[in-house]
Amino acid sequence: MLLLNCPWCGPRDETEYHYGGQAHVPYPQDPSALSDEEWAQYLFFRDNPKGPFAERWCHSVGCRRWFNVIRDTRTYEVLAVYTNSEPRPQVGAGVEAGGSR
Amino acid sequence: MADLTGLRRSPLDGLSADIRNGAAGEQSVRLLERPWLTMVSLRVDPRSEAARRIEQVLGTRLPRACGEVTSQDAHDVLWLGPDEWLVVSQMGADVLVKGVSDALAELRDTGAAAHAAVVDVSANRTVLEISGPSARGVLEKGCPADLHPRAFDDGTAIATTLARIPLLLWKVDPNLFRLLPRGSFAPYVARWLLDAMQEFTPDRPALRGA
Repeated sequence: MLLLNCPWCGPRDETEYHYGGQAHVPYPQDPSALSDEEWAQYLFFRDNPKGPFAERWCHSVGCRRWFNVIRDTRTYEVLAVYTNSEPRPQVGAGVEAGGSR
Repeated sequence: MADLTGLRRSPLDGLSADIRNGAAGEQSVRLLERPWLTMVSLRVDPRSEAARRIEQVLGTRLPRACGEVTSQDAHDVLWLGPDEWLVVSQMGADVLVKGVSDALAELRDTGAAAHAAVVDVSANRTVLEISGPSARGVLEKGCPADLHPRAFDDGTAIATTLARIPLLLWKVDPNLFRLLPRGSFAPYVARWLLDAMQEFTPDRPALRGA
């Protein structure tokens, strides 16, 4: 069980949250200009790093706000928690594979 | 308009006998339903002028942090999110919603922006009260949040789950908790509580028809 630190509500169990996949995947500027392959790439392809991974979480039974978490996928260690309006903190950047695209 | 209050039924109507039995006698924990409280959902930017006007109408500050509850004679304001609150009130919902809406309309008349949502949600939730020295022990069987006094102060309210049901948990004092589940989940929560209370109330008859 992860203990995630909601930026608004503080530490709560993982069961109170909803997982939202990889963070920092921008919606295409002009979706209609994309080829099918590019659109599929946007919709279905995500990084799968071994190490720090920026992902979205929603505190669905609490304040119902989305925020971002950097979690080490090897150790499940939560390296950083930050709101959507904050820039991505530089943690574990050395081993970085995924995250911003 | 005709008075329809005689026709309304609480979500726990069918369980009222069980809840009464559970509350009888010399016991270390008891359950009560407090139906029909007025609840109004408020959404507004807390830094805006609209929020200030709403605070004036309510006569109390909007809480700014998770858990905080601010009170005035007739209302308690619970923090639900950084721009979302629940007002639990003794006043009629129509009076309260109109009071707040009028204040916002007045602000709009001056040409200022007044973005806010004020909605009567009284029928959304019901209120269960669990009280007694063992109340915390009962809740801790099914609540993932830390309910120890060092983490959960008196007079605070959090949104969490009990027995996997999302609800608001409001600690009034060390021996009194209010639970605000949605109406459709309330019978399940009440049955779960009556069952969880049983070990603390050995003389209570087993739950009927559960």
